[in-house]
Amino acid sequence: MGFAGLAVGAAMAGLRPICEFMTFNFSMQAIDQVVNSAGKTLYMSAGSVHVPVVFRGPNGASAGVAAQHSQCFAAWYGHCPGLKVLSPWNSLDSKGLLKAAIRDDDPVVFLENELMYGVPFDMPEEAQSPDFLLPIGKAHVERTGQHITVVAHSRVVGFCLEAATALAKEGIDCEVINLRSIRPLDMATVEQSVMKTNHLITVEGGWPLFGVGAEICASIMEGPAFDYLDAPATRVTGVDIPMPYARNLEEISGPQVKDIIMAARRMLTGREESRATA
Amino acid sequence: MFLPGRPLARRPCLLHGLESAPPISASMSREDGLLYYKQMQTIRRMELKADQLYKQKVIRGFCHLYDGQEACGVGIENAIKPTDHLITAYRVHGIAYMRGIPVKSILSELTGRQGGCAKGKGGSMHMYGQNFYGGNGIVGAQVPLGAGVAFAQKYQGFDSLCVAMYGDGAANQGQIFEAFNMSYLWSLPCLFVCENNQYGMGTAVERASANIDYYQRGDYIPGIKVDGMDVLCVREATKFAADYIRSGKGPMLMELETYRYHGHSMSDPGISYRTREEIKEVRSKSDPISLLRDRLVGSGLSSVEELKEIDVEVRREIEEASQFATSDPEPPLSDLTTHIYQTGLNSRIRGITPWQQLAAA
Repeated sequence: MGFAGLAVGAAMAGLRPICEFMTFNFSMQAIDQVVNSAGKTLYMSAGSVHVPVVFRGPNGASAGVAAQHSQCFAAWYGHCPGLKVLSPWNSLDSKGLLKAAIRDDDPVVFLENELMYGVPFDMPEEAQSPDFLLPIGKAHVERTGQHITVVAHSRVVGFCLEAATALAKEGIDCEVINLRSIRPLDMATVEQSVMKTNHLITVEGGWPLFGVGAEICASIMEGPAFDYLDAPATRVTGVDIPMPYARNLEEISGPQVKDIIMAARRMLTGREESRATA
Repeated sequence: MFLPGRPLARRPCLLHGLESAPPISASMSREDGLLYYKQMQTIRRMELKADQLYKQKVIRGFCHLYDGQEACGVGIENAIKPTDHLITAYRVHGIAYMRGIPVKSILSELTGRQGGCAKGKGGSMHMYGQNFYGGNGIVGAQVPLGAGVAFAQKYQGFDSLCVAMYGDGAANQGQIFEAFNMSYLWSLPCLFVCENNQYGMGTAVERASANIDYYQRGDYIPGIKVDGMDVLCVREATKFAADYIRSGKGPMLMELETYRYHGHSMSDPGISYRTREEIKEVRSKSDPISLLRDRLVGSGLSSVEELKEIDVEVRREIEEASQFATSDPEPPLSDLTTHIYQTGLNSRIRGITPWQQLAAA
């Protein structure tokens, strides 16, 4: 609460602070400063005080850190007007979105992932520029496909791409969307995709109830893409439990590649097991 | 349960971790005296008008009044510069006035009109201005914010300080001690001010705090306890603290011993946890405006008649402001979705129903 408030105050007084939470689990104590002091001040002051602060840190499950250090806060912060909430997956996202967040004049919650810190990605030429920015509020289609839309954010985007590769062998062509932005949520990109593929799966590491997937499904129901669905949308999420420590239990607490494959296969073929010979 | 009366004795400042003290005598010119008188009287009458408007249901929701504490707000502002910064909690109307927001803008913010200082979108607890960061509703949250404002001054090499105010009710908040720690470690130019009005909502200080010497609670941070009913004491102590802070020695904590005549807010009659006798006694022995009046008349700087003329003028100004505040229109409906983001994203804002996609601005 102390240093989060200090960062917000410094932002109100003209600086561009970056406040790091060792993990977002600790932000729960400081959440008043994030939501009430940072998120709402522009509105309450009718525009006279803006808050260009970035809150960053690892979010969601890591490995073996147990229940109090494994929560995903995308839904909690995504719920609140006045905040912008970003969730990068790869190096391109991390660089482009973080710079955009810092340069943005509003409070941004930047949800990183500890297990992704050490994963290398190729960076295209233009991404190496110091002014490389990605737009806040725009999702990115990582893989185009015809049969099913798979929407995810953060680390599980990688799992979705792996699942897509495996499913391609069974003749199932996945379109994988990397949300990049939780708030604002780019439903236009998701809707456009669903209107093409007629099938939707959301994938997230966080808990199922009141989560990112829940929001996407509700929005699809309210928008133009509903009429294009050939099956109800499915959410693939973390299990609705505090995170256990034992490795075998932890492994089955969150979505794995095989869960995504199974969900897509079941939606499109009605079967959970593959009949593919490859 | 009624606690013994609080005469708020006149006495010199108490010191903590300090060898020097604010001066025990101060000079006040006629101009300054009349100015402080007018400022305090304006706050007093503005707050009483707010009481009236609240009872007429023209002001809604929260309304925390400052009458009795005028010497704190007036004394502080007259000791700091407009380039200094200030943040406080929700008992903010008097402070907002002293920070330069006109009475008209304050009252019409209370009545929720577009002429309000936050265009009607903030209300009683969320008033902002130049170098003034509210007006904060969450108890104690404003103190780390204030330390952050102070941090920004030092970071940019400015000479300015930040006054971060809180009450006796907030004084046990953990985040305040976190702010103390960082301010001292990094020598931030922050003046922490505890307005001790003896009650945190309905809880007397003795029932709330294991240690009621709030000026000592900063531990390693030097502190002074000041008579908060005497505008000159407040002014001199604030000047003393500001000089200390501006010389780069780090933060200071100032406890102002004061009193509020109203209850915690307009929802609190204020007499279930204290006696009417106590309130009357403070009014007769320690009222900040009376104290100044006696000084001005007693020293020959002014006269009873002249001060009465000021009273009349103040009443007229408040009445005019009140007329405006009750006749100004409410904000346009399109203001519902303005000021969500500074860097707009051309996104639609979801309304009550899915077919109501409102434009953000």
